[in-house]
Amino acid sequence: MLKFLIRRTMQSLVTVFLLFTIVFLMTRATGDPVGLLVPPEVGAETVAHVRQNLGLNEPYYVQYALFLKSILTADLGTSFLARRPVMDLILERLPVSMILAVASMLLGVLLAFPLGILSALKRGRKIDSCIQIFGAFGIATPQFWIGLILIQIFAGHLGLLPVGGAESWRHFILPTCTLGLLQACSMLRILRSNMIEALGTDFVALARAKGLSEARVVGVHALGNAVLPVLTFGGLLLASLMTGTIVVESVFALPGLGRLAYDAALFRDYPLVQGVVIVAGVIIIAINLLIDVSYAFIDPRIQLDNS
Amino acid sequence: MIRSRLPWVSIFILFVFLMMAILGDLIAPQDMYAQNLMKRLEPPVWMEGGSWAHIFGTDALGRDILSRLIGGVRTSLAIGIIGLLIGGGIGGAVGIIAGYSGRYVDTIIMRLADASLSCPMILFALLLSVSLGSGITSALTAICMVIWAPFARVVRSEVLVIREMDYVKVAQISGASSIRVLFRHILPNVANTLIAFAGLQIGFIIILEATLSFLGVGISPPTPAWGSMTAEGREYLATHWWVSVIPGTAITITVVAFTLFGDWLRDRLDPRLGRKDWHPS
Repeated sequence: MLKFLIRRTMQSLVTVFLLFTIVFLMTRATGDPVGLLVPPEVGAETVAHVRQNLGLNEPYYVQYALFLKSILTADLGTSFLARRPVMDLILERLPVSMILAVASMLLGVLLAFPLGILSALKRGRKIDSCIQIFGAFGIATPQFWIGLILIQIFAGHLGLLPVGGAESWRHFILPTCTLGLLQACSMLRILRSNMIEALGTDFVALARAKGLSEARVVGVHALGNAVLPVLTFGGLLLASLMTGTIVVESVFALPGLGRLAYDAALFRDYPLVQGVVIVAGVIIIAINLLIDVSYAFIDPRIQLDNS
Repeated sequence: MIRSRLPWVSIFILFVFLMMAILGDLIAPQDMYAQNLMKRLEPPVWMEGGSWAHIFGTDALGRDILSRLIGGVRTSLAIGIIGLLIGGGIGGAVGIIAGYSGRYVDTIIMRLADASLSCPMILFALLLSVSLGSGITSALTAICMVIWAPFARVVRSEVLVIREMDYVKVAQISGASSIRVLFRHILPNVANTLIAFAGLQIGFIIILEATLSFLGVGISPPTPAWGSMTAEGREYLATHWWVSVIPGTAITITVVAFTLFGDWLRDRLDPRLGRKDWHPS
């Protein structure tokens, strides 16, 4: 177990390191990073100063070391627009995105499990077709569009819910539904496939033959084996969740991390966009690590798989 | 195993859209770039005040929505297919190499894939749009950066199994070069998986492009793209819903058709993919 923990943690560290490298290369790939990192209106003196600080007159490996050093000391530079450290701006906006992500993930799970199980049990019947079509529409409809329609109906016509800002929990309802729907439909599709597979296995047949109740067979024997791939997938969904928050936050004017990145991109505030990429990437890698490690405690097969 | 029927509805829809994309200007009733400020925000033909001249009405600049919708099909399908070929091609090739060579090559490639899967790619697209400027190049680059990794993963896991097959061993022992083994013995056997996976991914690529265009970092105006058309209609949603709702519906219909077709393709070619089917980006 300890060996697995160490190996898995090392893997994550390598991934984080690669993430930093990609971001570093991207600033350099387009030529002189000064054009990206310094607001256009400043004078030659400041430019020279920034060059000095970033070590742009030094060879690339020195620049890279300086870049890593600044990230590791949580110094992500200064936003052009706000004229404040990028890290502070990100920490202010992070909670809103976290609430949105967790709430929509919960909603996704609450919808996906009953529907996915039902669909697998009633395979080939009308209700299964309906659920599958619902799933197909759910993953096929762009989130920005669902968001616009929900705003139109619930905020516009019915005037039930507020839009814009994050003052109360009611501001989170529509964004959560928009984001949760995609989570639900993607999980639902995988859960269905895995449930169908599990229901066809020998151990489920055995459980039935032993005369266990159908609820126990489905709930414990089949679901228990179908659920792990779905949860691993849930970890992968995190990245798409982050993408979703950018779209949803910009549609609903919710002041989270995604909205921050979007506004920053509009105003060509490069250090800020870069900072959000780094922070969001590290968070996702860390959560995936946590998920993997906790599964290893639940399911001993995982350690064997990885060796 | 329930034999899945051919998804005729999806095939029909995709065929119609494909024709629209190929014929484009020839069948578009109006010039898709022509602005006419006298005819701003005209309603579709079935609503009061609509006319047959503009079947789906006009947008805020007086451009014919149907014509722009036809132009948008071309953008969506072109980006979808090009993105799939480049991104899927790179991912497939890298996956085969990783699976076949094993050891440190495999480790490096798979760690890179993990890194790119854990990055919210729309953020990268935003970053690219700031550094490269928005447009087709940044959109395609971002799309390829999103989809190569899932392709690499799926193909690699296939190759790991095929590599151990007897016929591969026999080919290796009888002195076939690595290149020959890869192309003659392994590639044909991952082709099914590759095609099935491509079928599942193309819808996502179209959504991704639409999302990028919606956020203003994808296809730049005035080129018609469904995502940017939806974004343009945003301000008029309360009063002139069709400007935004019609292109949005078009995206959904296309992607649903691709998804159902992809599901059928998967059931035919590689049913196991269903258990690891997942959503990138």
